[in-house]
Amino acid sequence: MDRGLGRGVAICDHLDMSPRIYGTLVLSATLGVAGLVVHDGMRAALDVAAPDFHREVRPILADNCLQCHGTDASKRRGGLRLDQREGAADAAVTSGAIVPGSADRSPLMTRVRATDAAKVMPPPDSRHVLSADDKRVLARWIDAGAAFEDHWAFVPPRAAPIVARQVARHPIDLIVGARLAREGWSMLPEADRETLVRRVTLDLTGLPPTPAEVDAFVDDRGHSAYERVIDRLLASPHYGERMALPWLDAARYADSNGFQQDGDTFQWLWRDWLVRELNKDTPYDRLATEMLAGDLLSDATDDTRLATAFNRNHLLNGEGGAIPEENRWVTLFDRVDATATTFLGLTMSCAQCHDHKYDPITQRDYYAMLDAFNRVPESGIVDGSPSRIRVAPPVLEYADAAIRARRASLEAHAQSMGEGESAQAARDAGKAAFDQFMRDEWPRVMVMSDASPRVTRVLTRGSYTAPAEELGFATPAFLPPLAGDAPRNRLGLAQWMFSADNPLVARVAVNRAWQTFFGDGLVRTPEDFGTQSQPPAQRELLDTLAVLFRESGWRTKALHRLIVTSAVYRQSSHANAAAFARDPDNLLLARAPRFRLPAMVLRDVALSASGLLNASIGGAPVYPYQPERVWEPLAITKERDFTYPASHGSALYRRSLYTFWRRTIAPANMFDASQRQSCRVRVAVTNSPLHALTTLNDPTWVEAARVLASRVSRAEASPSARLATAFRFVVGRVPTEAEALVLERMLERQRAMYVGDPAAARALLSLGELGTEDYAAGGADAAHDVSPELVEQAALTIACLGILNLDEALTRE
Amino acid sequence: MSDPTIMFGTAFRAALTRRDFLRSSMHGIGGVALASMFARESGAGGAVPFRSAGLGLAGLPHIPPRAKRVICLWQGGGPSHIDLFDPKPELARLVGQDIPESIRGATRLSTMSSGYGRFPALPGLKPFRRCGESGIEISELLPHIGGVADDICLVRSMHTEAVNHSPGVTFFMTGSEQPGRPAMGAWLGYGLGNECDELPAFVAMTSSDREKSCGQLFYEHYWSNGFLPGRHQGVRFRSGDDPVPYLGNPAGVTRGSRRDLLDDVATLNRTRAAQSGVADPAIETRIAQYEMAFRMQESVPDLLDFSNEPASVLELYGPDVLVPGTFANNCLIARRLSERGVRFVQLMHSGWDQHGNLHSQLAVQCRDTDQPSAALVRDLKQRGLLDETLVVWCGEFGRTPFGQGPSEAPNGRDHFGRAYSMWLAGGGAKGGHVHGATDDFGWNIASNPVHVHDMQATILRLCGVDHEQLTFRHQGRDFRLTDVHGRVVHDIIR
Repeated sequence: MDRGLGRGVAICDHLDMSPRIYGTLVLSATLGVAGLVVHDGMRAALDVAAPDFHREVRPILADNCLQCHGTDASKRRGGLRLDQREGAADAAVTSGAIVPGSADRSPLMTRVRATDAAKVMPPPDSRHVLSADDKRVLARWIDAGAAFEDHWAFVPPRAAPIVARQVARHPIDLIVGARLAREGWSMLPEADRETLVRRVTLDLTGLPPTPAEVDAFVDDRGHSAYERVIDRLLASPHYGERMALPWLDAARYADSNGFQQDGDTFQWLWRDWLVRELNKDTPYDRLATEMLAGDLLSDATDDTRLATAFNRNHLLNGEGGAIPEENRWVTLFDRVDATATTFLGLTMSCAQCHDHKYDPITQRDYYAMLDAFNRVPESGIVDGSPSRIRVAPPVLEYADAAIRARRASLEAHAQSMGEGESAQAARDAGKAAFDQFMRDEWPRVMVMSDASPRVTRVLTRGSYTAPAEELGFATPAFLPPLAGDAPRNRLGLAQWMFSADNPLVARVAVNRAWQTFFGDGLVRTPEDFGTQSQPPAQRELLDTLAVLFRESGWRTKALHRLIVTSAVYRQSSHANAAAFARDPDNLLLARAPRFRLPAMVLRDVALSASGLLNASIGGAPVYPYQPERVWEPLAITKERDFTYPASHGSALYRRSLYTFWRRTIAPANMFDASQRQSCRVRVAVTNSPLHALTTLNDPTWVEAARVLASRVSRAEASPSARLATAFRFVVGRVPTEAEALVLERMLERQRAMYVGDPAAARALLSLGELGTEDYAAGGADAAHDVSPELVEQAALTIACLGILNLDEALTRE
Repeated sequence: MSDPTIMFGTAFRAALTRRDFLRSSMHGIGGVALASMFARESGAGGAVPFRSAGLGLAGLPHIPPRAKRVICLWQGGGPSHIDLFDPKPELARLVGQDIPESIRGATRLSTMSSGYGRFPALPGLKPFRRCGESGIEISELLPHIGGVADDICLVRSMHTEAVNHSPGVTFFMTGSEQPGRPAMGAWLGYGLGNECDELPAFVAMTSSDREKSCGQLFYEHYWSNGFLPGRHQGVRFRSGDDPVPYLGNPAGVTRGSRRDLLDDVATLNRTRAAQSGVADPAIETRIAQYEMAFRMQESVPDLLDFSNEPASVLELYGPDVLVPGTFANNCLIARRLSERGVRFVQLMHSGWDQHGNLHSQLAVQCRDTDQPSAALVRDLKQRGLLDETLVVWCGEFGRTPFGQGPSEAPNGRDHFGRAYSMWLAGGGAKGGHVHGATDDFGWNIASNPVHVHDMQATILRLCGVDHEQLTFRHQGRDFRLTDVHGRVVHDIIR
């Protein structure tokens, strides 16, 4: 059942709920919570005033002091701690290092300013050096009273008061607008309609709009035209496919285990579950709880058990000689890392060997949380006979009716009655077929289970050979406590995450959503909200969205709707040089971002524009075009056949997320994707010549160009109309006069080349599988065939390839 | 550029040639765009601002480099130190008897041998010979490497925690046993930049033993950029016609017609920018990236064209040199990459994992790798390049001094990380030098232990990099190749 899909519902949602939220907000605002942000423009004027603790003081302490004066008790020197934990200020003050109100009388400043190598802090062998500016900031901070503040992300978010005061306006626009007004800047006007509809269609579905969809929006001058587009896109089954992409990176999802045997798995059934749930708009708290503890729910079903594959999508080693217990611990570490990074934005793994150097996470905290994952009936390695599939228990047999019927039929053959040699032979063959089916096709998804509770001990220096103190499950002590009646297991962990006072989970989630629509998160370190994170330039916005998201009942589609309906989102990305120069990282959002589309989306754009796309949803992974010998060198023939089992026909044109992801060697044309070795939540967009080679030379793109050329040739007669139509299919708008001239010259130059070399035209038009028979045939006379149509199609193919490689085609403007 | 129609003047085409492009200031940012060729990386992860592909970080190198480039000849599977580099007469004396428990202690062994009741001493298969003026003892299984003994620095006291292949290789290459960290070549490219504008700074190549006797695979994470920007990922050159995926034009596309296409695409990109008024530097960056792709299409085939190599050089590398995909072929490509300024060539060869076929396969392995390895050293030396090129010959661990298989007739050796050997040549490493020693059994290190992190620190040092200062802020922590460990082994630096 879809939730919150009604037109205009979401934009009103936050307004409907606002009195409830804002009742408590006004009070907190008067307490000065929102006053912590000192904006950059005021910095110079405030030079003599107290520096902002989070933005200015903390980074100096963290980078230079906390290694020896931080949370890690075992490394602490001189009994002095300078982290922001409660009581730390007192500690520093009582130890006499800091005299609040007087930098000159504070021994800390004396040591920091010392020139004697034996006295100066930080000591020379630490290789840390404080700049003159750093020292001035510390002095100002102490002069102003040396107030320590809790790290912003560790206190619960509160919505900006301005949002409660002006309920008729869009909260995102209010907050961003107010900030821009302080700088004397303003947003750009709304993007032109063709650009806007392409942007929002790509962002919400990962596919380009069709020319008809563009026309419908351009022609719809009604008040709610844009909202109607959003409704349509949020209801599209392709929405879930697009939103699954960042989850696959976070869940280090792959279709094989990695390492030497690199056996295939059935984890794709989890990928299908994810797409379904995202399309259903299952509330985020429920979605996450199912992923973490779907097996432990009182209303657990096969679907919620399937959800827990999130924590079984890790690498699995089966190398000869691999030590099971060592590998089991590697897996446990991976689960803590994936869970903490994805949902909490905490770098828990830093506390695997020792107390965290910067965040108040102790080594005990780490192993106490790990205890929840240390109950799986697993050995740590995957074994089994050499076969294509290799899965390690516990598994969920997740079979639909069709596959159950298939099993029953094979079973019947294996047990068929009858006497004599031929009946026996039939039985043997049937049994072999049944065994093969059960090995390679009977779906077994690796999922979580608590069937083997173990005693968890802190590992000295993270080494499984050095277990120490025994402990039970607990959540990190510096965050709000686990409810007394919560179960002490993964389910309790999930309940704790979504308790009302957890400061991290909502912020981390809205930050990742923001990243999907703006290329970067409001916190530019989405994997780390700890004290070493980059403080968000728009913290009020982040916090307000976090509150709204939680108050909405964790409805992701409502959050996405809120974002894409804002003027901030809808503004133009066509900023001038001065705008790029004054805010190169676009921290204040005075323009919409332009960024290159993810490689998976680029491929889908090419398939969709050409009409090749097979839009079916879900199912076993497919094997589209890959360069030759990509898999084969990574193969041990004695173990199994690693020849790339290339797909044919319509399976070649499925969306990128269905491409088989071999963990030891990612698909060659999915550049910049996570390597799927460990959890990754940061989007990485790079530019390399190798990417250009891919979109220019990969048969995927060349065939798409050829099919696009033939598609527009069927629709239009004149070369210029064909070019314009192809251009529209790819970038969603009609070329300008100047562009049309260049496009025609592009076609003309290619035409001239193929007129002189018809064999080249034929070779080009024979690339790819679809509909090439017209060109591939021709025999000995083919080389002399100078059919104008052949030449024209080849030239138009290259022109379409050029269009697919335009900056605008590769970019979400 | 305010009026796009001026683009259609006759001078326009010429303005798009590469040289003019470099000088171009059409948007006043042509040069900047090229300098920041790969500039837009999403996420502000670096503690240090991003710089261009060509430039490294400010302040690097930290010290004058001894090596400008590195060629790593990876010997995957775990070459036996006992059989190749570390003569142990005591094993011959005790052949068949158990290695004493006092020696073995609590050494962590792989599960293939950890449950053994017997640990029968198995001496080196062939005699050792004193080689060169330095008189380093090397097995006669490696006559060619023996022939360059005076140029190599043999380290007999390496040790690692890893007991299995993939963690061991990952550890040497990235400083961590778990996949996900940047490889050494990525770190060096990040810190020092790329000296070559037609090839990547970091190239990986793989080969395996001809009889496929050994199941070692080479995973992408061995040359990964990890959390460093994507441009620092090693680019894998494969053997055969298309060494880089998608390098070749599609059938029916000529170099000339591709040139025309790229010119028209660039014109369209600039027209769009001018007409929409967008001044995003990423647009010029993209045009520059397409230009570099075009240049790579020419430079890579040229790299692989051996027709200008004299017969004497080809003979040096041995009979396999012209067979694509062999170790010998890759060694010659490695030299040619290095000559062109590629900073880190990671040539990975597998085949040293002799658990049960030591007597037959070890010699085959040596035949495949001995001559090309030595040839590379000689070839670099005769070109005057050895002084500035560091060659590293190393595997993930050594092999057990006891025999694996039937205890009365062992036929192999298991993985062994507690002590093993490797060698370096050129690039500031001491030639004709032996560093460190093991006990009489080749089991424990007797002097000057060198941990993997120490070797990483030393390799960086030879490249002019202080391993403690080359860091990257990720997940709130400044990561480095050597984690929080590593001491430079000054004794092996010339």
